[in-house]
This record gives sequence, C-alpha cells and structure tokens, in this order.
Amino acid sequence: MANPLAQFEITTLVPIQLGGVDASFTNSGLFMVVAVTAITLFLTLGMRAHRLVPGRWQSMAELSYEFIASMVRDNVGTEGRPYFPFIFSLFMFILFANLIGLVPYSFTFTSHIIVTFAMAITVFLGVTVIGIIRHGLRFFTLFLPSGVPMVMAPLLIPIEIVSYLSRPVSLSIRLFANMMAGHTMLKVFAGFVVPLGILGGWAPLAVDVALTGFEFLVAVLQAYVFTILTCLYLNDAINLH
Amino acid sequence: MVMGTVRTALAFATGAMALPAGPALAAGLPQLDPSTYAPQVIWLAITFGVLYVLMARVALPRIGHVLEERRHKIDRNLKMAETLKVDAEDAAEAYEGAMADARARAGNVLGDVRERAAKETAERQAELGARLHADIQEAEAGIAEARDKAVAGIRDLAAEVAHSAAEKLAGETVDAGAVRSAVDAVLKERG
Repeated sequence: MANPLAQFEITTLVPIQLGGVDASFTNSGLFMVVAVTAITLFLTLGMRAHRLVPGRWQSMAELSYEFIASMVRDNVGTEGRPYFPFIFSLFMFILFANLIGLVPYSFTFTSHIIVTFAMAITVFLGVTVIGIIRHGLRFFTLFLPSGVPMVMAPLLIPIEIVSYLSRPVSLSIRLFANMMAGHTMLKVFAGFVVPLGILGGWAPLAVDVALTGFEFLVAVLQAYVFTILTCLYLNDAINLH
Repeated sequence: MVMGTVRTALAFATGAMALPAGPALAAGLPQLDPSTYAPQVIWLAITFGVLYVLMARVALPRIGHVLEERRHKIDRNLKMAETLKVDAEDAAEAYEGAMADARARAGNVLGDVRERAAKETAERQAELGARLHADIQEAEAGIAEARDKAVAGIRDLAAEVAHSAAEKLAGETVDAGAVRSAVDAVLKERG
C-alpha cells in the first residue's frame, strides 16, 4: 500500500539558490503559481464582458467579490475597506489551494504547516502593527476588557495575552490539520480499494466518494474560517473592543 | 473544531500505522522537514504578492467598477421612473380637470337648449290654442246663425201652414197677425 503521507512530499522541480538560501521551485511553488493563475483567469475572464446583466461566470466573480466585501463590511466596518484587497486575496488563495488540491495527483500547499503558519503570522503581525499605529499604547487595553474589576486584572491579562499570542498558532494549525487529515483519509481509504479486490473494494471506494464530497465542504469552509477570523482580528485592532 | 481534531487524530493514527511500510519513515511527516521551509515561504511570498497586486490593481477595481455602474444605473432608472410617475400623475390630473370643465360646459349648453326648446314649444302651443279657439268661436257663431235662420224659416212656414189650415177648417178669414203670435207662443212653449 502506498504511504498516505507521500502526497505531502516536497519535490524540487527547479533548484534555485539565492545567496545560500534554498529558493527552489518545488511542487508546492508550482501549485501556488497555478492557484494565482486560476484566480486571476477566473476573475478577469469572467469580468471580460462586464455586462450590466451578468452571465453565469460573471455572476460567480461578482458573488465572490460581494461575499468578501460584505464580510469585511459586517465584521470590520467601513474602516476595513483598505484591507479588502488583502482579505479577498487571502480567501481566494486558500480557497483555490484547497479546491485545486482535491484534483487527483495535484498538491495541496495548504496542507503544509509552514505555509499556513506563514500566512497566519503575517495576518497576526499585520493586525498587531495596524492596531498599534491606530491606537498607540491604548491598543494594549485589548488585554483588559472594559468593565472588568481591577482585582481580576492580574488573572485576566495573562489569559488575554496568551489567547492573543495563540491566535497565529490556532489559525495555522486549524487549516493545515484539516487539509492534511482530509487528504490522508482519502489516501488511506483509496489504498484499500485495490487490495480488497473486486468484491470488497467497493466499500472503501464508496467511503472515498463520500469523503470527497465532505472535503469540498471542508475546503470552502476552512478558507471561510481563516478569512473570517482574519476579519475578526482586524476588527479587534481597528475598533478595539 | 471537534470534528477536525478527531480527524487529525485519526489521520495521525492511520499515518503512523502506514508509516512502517513507507519510505518516508526516516523523514517522518514531510511537513516537519525544515529543509523544505525556505522554498515554500519564498514562493508563498512571491505568489501571494503577485496575487495581491493583481487583485488590488486589476481584478477588484474591474468588478467594483461594474457593480458601481450597475448600482448607478439602477438608481438613475429608479429616479427617472419616479419623475415619470410624477409627470404621469400631473397629466392625469390635468386630464381630469379638462374633463370636468368640458362636462360642465356640455351641461350648460344642454340646459340652454332644453330651456329654449321648452319655451318655443310653449309659445307654439299657445298660438295653436288661440287659433283653434278662434276657429271654434267662428264655427259656433256660424252654427248659431244657421239655427236662427232655420228657426225663423220654420216660424214663417208654421204660421203660413197654421193660417191656411185655420181658414180651411174654420172657413173664415183669420187674422194673419193672430196666427203669427199663436205660432210664436207655441214655438216658445216647445222650445
């Protein structure tokens, strides 16, 4: 049986060295390029006709725009407007990574903790910097919710700080773990199909079919969760609470 | 979230079960191999940067422009519909007014005509009545004259007949004046 983790191997396609740092173009990088290309084509070709009454494709492009725009508006408010392109890019990037990763023999770069962590830490640092620039030292009142008795402060402040610092960790592990678990399960059950033969092989195949449907849900849901949490963190930084 | 945790645990378990057979055993999870981190992060930064620029500069303004344009068009059309509706209401009001005016004028004209016709009819009727009355009177006068003439004729004849009858019966001459007065008396008596 094939190793279900073999699908997560990074294979170098074009070895590149940049000042002693390995910057090789790998299968992960390839699918990042594929995702960016697919997103760009999806949006620009869909909007090429830019009709007043949209067709199906244009509707999908507009729908994704409106979806993220309303998410930013509802969760961050009008002041979140400048960050809309970033949040939109984030959502589409993760969504396309997850969905393209479901194509057999492709690679899911969101199943790598380093990728999700890099995105999460970028969001975390960005949000923190935005909060400090906007509110200066008042930003740190985030760690002491208003209306809390001062006696509680010594207990609450460490808890709030820990929960704040664990944001990038939970954000990155949630996406990575979901992707990796789903793909591993698919592979494990797929690995049973042929060994169980023509009679028994149908059962794991049926499970795989069901799991594939489930994975589509997870792919979209996790992109949504990552994005909406980013919006909530951004809201904390912009409006405090 | 619970689902995810369970799935992760399951995946790790199955992964661990399958590991002894796989060639990746020595390396462990490919995700935990630090030598792959640099290229992934570098290409993530490059591709995400490109994506951000493409979205912020090309794709999103285009979609936003189309949505804005549609919103403007709908707003414009709604406003136009509003003004057209007001215009239509004004026109309807003017029409109602004109109709009411015309109806009142028509009523007046009709009343005049009816009045004039009634007056004319009454005049003509009165004239006709007067003419008929005159005719009747004339005819009555004629009749009365004719009757008087006839009555006078009858008296003369009756007197003559009575005179000759008295002469024949009595054999003597009767005074004509006496006969006439007798006849007159009888006639008066008979009506």
